[in-house]
Amino acid sequence: MSAHIAPFPQVDHQRAVFPEGLALDCGISIAPLAVAYRTYGRLNAAGSNAVLVCHALTGDQYVAETQPLTGKPGWWGTIIGPGKPLDTDRYFLICANVLGGCMGSTGPREEMTDAEGRGLGRPWGTDFPNITIRDMVRAQKRLVEHLGIERLLAVVGGSMGGMQALEWAATYPDAVYAAAPIATAPHHSAQNIAFHEVGRAAIHADPDWKGGRYWEEGRVPAQGLSVARMVAHITYLSEQALGRKFGRRLRGDTNPLGALTFLEDVFEVESYLRHQGSTFVRRFDANSYLTITRAMDYFDLAAEHGGDLSAAFRGTRTRFFVASFSSDWLFPTAESRAIVRALNAAAANVSFVEITSDKGHDAFLLDEPDFHRALGGFLAGCADRLGV
Amino acid sequence: MPDTHHPVRYVAKNMRLDLRLIAEMIPRGATVLDIGCGDGALLAHLTAEKGADARGIEIDMAQATQAVANGLAVIQGDADHDLVFYPDGAFDTVVLSRTLQAVERPREVLRQMLRIGRHAIVSFPNFGHWLLRWQLVSTGRMPMTETWHRPWHETPNIHPCTIRDFFDLCALDGYVVERWLAVDDQGLKAPWTRSPWLANLFGEQALFLLRRG
Repeated sequence: MSAHIAPFPQVDHQRAVFPEGLALDCGISIAPLAVAYRTYGRLNAAGSNAVLVCHALTGDQYVAETQPLTGKPGWWGTIIGPGKPLDTDRYFLICANVLGGCMGSTGPREEMTDAEGRGLGRPWGTDFPNITIRDMVRAQKRLVEHLGIERLLAVVGGSMGGMQALEWAATYPDAVYAAAPIATAPHHSAQNIAFHEVGRAAIHADPDWKGGRYWEEGRVPAQGLSVARMVAHITYLSEQALGRKFGRRLRGDTNPLGALTFLEDVFEVESYLRHQGSTFVRRFDANSYLTITRAMDYFDLAAEHGGDLSAAFRGTRTRFFVASFSSDWLFPTAESRAIVRALNAAAANVSFVEITSDKGHDAFLLDEPDFHRALGGFLAGCADRLGV
Repeated sequence: MPDTHHPVRYVAKNMRLDLRLIAEMIPRGATVLDIGCGDGALLAHLTAEKGADARGIEIDMAQATQAVANGLAVIQGDADHDLVFYPDGAFDTVVLSRTLQAVERPREVLRQMLRIGRHAIVSFPNFGHWLLRWQLVSTGRMPMTETWHRPWHETPNIHPCTIRDFFDLCALDGYVVERWLAVDDQGLKAPWTRSPWLANLFGEQALFLLRRG
């Protein structure tokens, strides 16, 4: 990537702004707090059919509609819509950009404010405080209250979204009738932290990063952020999925015989990863990436409750749906089972399935009929019990 | 058997007669754990008809997925490895139907059931039935009947027992048999409740309601 890449344009996102701001786990308060969000379906008169969908590391609030920057369909459009598992005819769906994100919620890319909430005319950048998954959830809670909802029918999320679903159930048990943490873990593993650190190191090593002040020169650390995305993308797939998709095939017409020439050969998997990297830098902010990966790394629900994961759910009346995917090595089934066992120890109501899939961690975003059937059935069962 | 390549550990189930007999033993509004719940037929019945808070464990992933898709609180897991995680007295009743003979450690599973539940309901096929005895004596080979329908090298039922054996285990571990009954191959209650010896000869299935001593 030789040419410098300018930051992606600002888009007018739908937002709720809370002037009083938010006190963070790190001890710092930020004000005002902005939460960018999208909703689908209609809130019923009783306010009892709201489902909050939590996005993963690089997701956003455009969960079931065209993303305004990329023009691509919503990241979970496969399961959200009329008659789908997250049925917009029945439920009122909410999806918010996480705190620290770069699609309109308060984060490193938004204008920095001082202790009195006055704008300082420059972005937060690396001065944005360290945040936690619980901070993200507190920000979402503000939005949910703002929308007039006392109790969510469900909080649903995969990967980092699943961490938020767990945190919601632990922090606001009375505000969550059901929680669906999917392809996730009760804490970020050492291996996962290690992969994140490779990504962060790539960003830091990019000369265009400028110590996080790249915005001053109107450019982004595209090379570093792209490499971070490439590494992460490998962890989202499985060896089988990569093998099926690309195998050892060489790209294009370098050699009609398909044999190595030891000259300019490019494997298809290489060009695929490069494409993933180069499109990512046109929709995601590097400082947001640093902030959010850190928040994931900090996540340890047991540690928040004296080292006992089941203590996070003691006395809970929330119903849980836990799902994992057999080829997911980033958030393997053993970690979902640890969640299930902690929930059992708390005598919680829990459903758990491991979906057989060779698509790796990404499977939760893809067409997996058994998963969709199970999630849809779980939600419908909860809605039936609540008379939604 | 059509499929011998993937031996199923636990016998397949649908809403059988013994499930109905089990349901009769469970009071309204009880909290219930059904171990080896299959696709959740008993759970659905207890939830709808008895207002129970009914949950399940099922070893077969396809059946567990089906149960969850039906809105039932079922986890994929098994009796030998998952009971240990539940707290003491978490349930009014813990059910193990036609599964005891297929677990790795039946005595430990029973102990766990009566730790996490105030009551345990256990049903199992009776290996003391006269037909099995006759087949073994007359042919000198492992019996094959409608209930015990797999050859010895393929059966998931690694711990068969008789009704009298089960009484002995309950006595050994200090469990109180509150109720018990034996049913014949039609699923009809057998009239031998006064005599474990006769029930052991003519009962195809046994059903026990236990509590801690």
